Amino acid sequence: MGVGARKPPPQLALKLRRALGGRAGWNGVAVQLVFGAILAWIAYEVISNARTNLETQHIAAGFGFLQNSASFDVNQTLISYSGSDTYFRVFLVGILNTLLVSVVGIVFATVIGFGVALCRLSPNWLVSRVGGLYVEAIRNLPLLFQILFWYLAVLAALPAPRQSLSIFSAIFLNNRGVIVPSPLAQPGLVAFLAALALGIVTSLALRSYARQMLFGQGRAIRIWPYVLTLLVGLPLVTMLAFGPPVTFEFPQLRGFNFAGGTRIIPELVALTVGLSTYTAAFIAEIVRAGILSVHKGQMEAGSSLGLSRGATLRLIVVPQAMRVIVPPLTNQYLNLTKNSSLAVAIGYPDLVSVFAGTALSQTGQAIEILVMTMGVYLLISLATSAIMSVYGWRISRSLGA
Amino acid sequence: MKRVTLALSLALAAGLSAQAAEAQTLKTIKDRGMLSCGVSQGLPGFSSPDDKGNWTGIDVDVCRAIAAAVLNDPTKIKFVPLSAKDRFTALQSGEIDVLSRNTTWTVSRDTSLGANFTGVTYYDGQGFMVKKSLKVNSALELNSASVCVQTGTTTELNLADYFKANNMKYEVIAFGTIDEAIKAYESGRCDVFTDDSSGLYASRLKLTNPADHVVLPEIISKEPLGPMVRHGDDQWFDIVKWTLFAMVTAEELGITQKNVDEMAKSDKPELKRVLGTDGNLGEQLGLTKDWVIRIVKAVGNYGESFDRNVGAGSPLKISRGLNNLWTKGGLQYAPPIR
Repeated sequence: MGVGARKPPPQLALKLRRALGGRAGWNGVAVQLVFGAILAWIAYEVISNARTNLETQHIAAGFGFLQNSASFDVNQTLISYSGSDTYFRVFLVGILNTLLVSVVGIVFATVIGFGVALCRLSPNWLVSRVGGLYVEAIRNLPLLFQILFWYLAVLAALPAPRQSLSIFSAIFLNNRGVIVPSPLAQPGLVAFLAALALGIVTSLALRSYARQMLFGQGRAIRIWPYVLTLLVGLPLVTMLAFGPPVTFEFPQLRGFNFAGGTRIIPELVALTVGLSTYTAAFIAEIVRAGILSVHKGQMEAGSSLGLSRGATLRLIVVPQAMRVIVPPLTNQYLNLTKNSSLAVAIGYPDLVSVFAGTALSQTGQAIEILVMTMGVYLLISLATSAIMSVYGWRISRSLGA
Repeated sequence: MKRVTLALSLALAAGLSAQAAEAQTLKTIKDRGMLSCGVSQGLPGFSSPDDKGNWTGIDVDVCRAIAAAVLNDPTKIKFVPLSAKDRFTALQSGEIDVLSRNTTWTVSRDTSLGANFTGVTYYDGQGFMVKKSLKVNSALELNSASVCVQTGTTTELNLADYFKANNMKYEVIAFGTIDEAIKAYESGRCDVFTDDSSGLYASRLKLTNPADHVVLPEIISKEPLGPMVRHGDDQWFDIVKWTLFAMVTAEELGITQKNVDEMAKSDKPELKRVLGTDGNLGEQLGLTKDWVIRIVKAVGNYGESFDRNVGAGSPLKISRGLNNLWTKGGLQYAPPIR
């Protein structure tokens, strides 16, 4: 040919007309612009009026309070925090605590949910009924009630610190939480991590080479002895050469509580268990629906190829089911994140509890604090759903849909 | 969720009303025929509902006295139970006319919340409660303890100050309501429960075995508890302020629920002024001449209310202490009604 395709005329104006004006054409666009202007004007009026009114009532306004020192303490912080830090730091502490319980909750909920779904689909009568019972019992009871149950029932069953249950005098369990030895970094840590990273990278390279050989030339290579040597042997050798990467600080009873070691507070445990078991019941149903949506001919096709039931599920059914599962699964992840705000009932210091709760009542700046808190939840939700959309898009693409 | 609703209504009230701070509270209440009073979610002696839903307590008596003075009926009150966190937002948004909910008077609350304290109903101080079995005799022995507290209170701030000042470590577990905090304390999650000392005595009654718990002798803060009203309505501020002073004045003059009618017949000039048989002090406040009579008939004088709710005549049995009249070594002192 030799002649490039003619460039299409610029579409921007036309697109704009279609998007805003619809069938009404440019008139429609004008109407939309006027409408937008009116909305903006109303918003401006409301905000400036609110500001004037707050001022005349002498209610403090603005975000200056974020620089003031908070002067209250929080019992679980992922970043260093003390009472003399600012309200902004409280905000960060709250966000991190919310993220911690959400992420851990989502992981557990997904694992339990998939497990229960497979139970319900099992041909074994007992196993499938147990799965069914779990779903019906858990999803029909209010979440707040379940969280309180996990908190108060579990607390009541645990002993006081002085009578802790202990495992090898290293891990302690009592009504202040689980106390485990905390690792302290030693000089050998860097070498150890480098060796581990090297092992992982080399193993991955080996795996991709093995797959290439398998699909390209039909030669199966046994790589696991090499991988084992790389992942275990290499770090072991560096440990011998450079000394141990970490030593452990063991918890010891001192006064009322344990000193040393890392403590997982019971509020975190109760909230995570409550949120993940509850959400898992819904996820189980979503997964079951997704798997059942795959035509049973696919299962039969798998068997006729000589694949085991597990392999058929893993290689044929689940990838197709994921297309159906991902969108409602995203909803459940978002629900779990938002439900984590029930933390306030059991004293877990999440964002709502420490920032929209304590900080709000200490400063009285309800509007600013609630706007910030809502903004954070919105951002977390949007980010989660963006990640899930990308995942869903990749699945659809790999299935050629 | 209540907090979000309150904050939204505050935002709407602030954003949409043209003159939010107009001085209309008294008229609004009279038109409505009902006083809206913010109280606690259940603190025996201060404000708590019985099994029939009747509210009693010293904070409740302040509400009843105001309703009696304004509406001539101490029962025309809508009680709004509020957590420590929600109380100020409820007042700012106009959901309640007065907040009478064991609230500590501090300079930051007086200046930044768009509200004013009208006086002191109860002089309190923060203390600690522990299990007797821990064998602790002083708050200074509490190093490394876990402490349960209600969130959004001055208590939480004093706690941080006290442990820091005494170089002690502690773990704080903050709960949304006092009941949740007490439940966690009782289940052994904390070694210590801290609150205003009046609240400690009240909460101890809720425990399964009150005798197993002891309140430590240290009082670590000043907690003057009093009612609050919104900024911008001076007449309403005066009414709430003088209702409390009227109760104290009645005790100073020996006017009681029983003898108030008789006292009204007296011709001592001071009694005539206070009880409205002479002059128009009540009308100057925007009330009626017999406003003090109404108040005393409804709830009695300050001492009667104290005894009935928290003092000798109640299960709490708290001594008058700082809350005695100034003439008897306490701090309760009313400016003259004249």
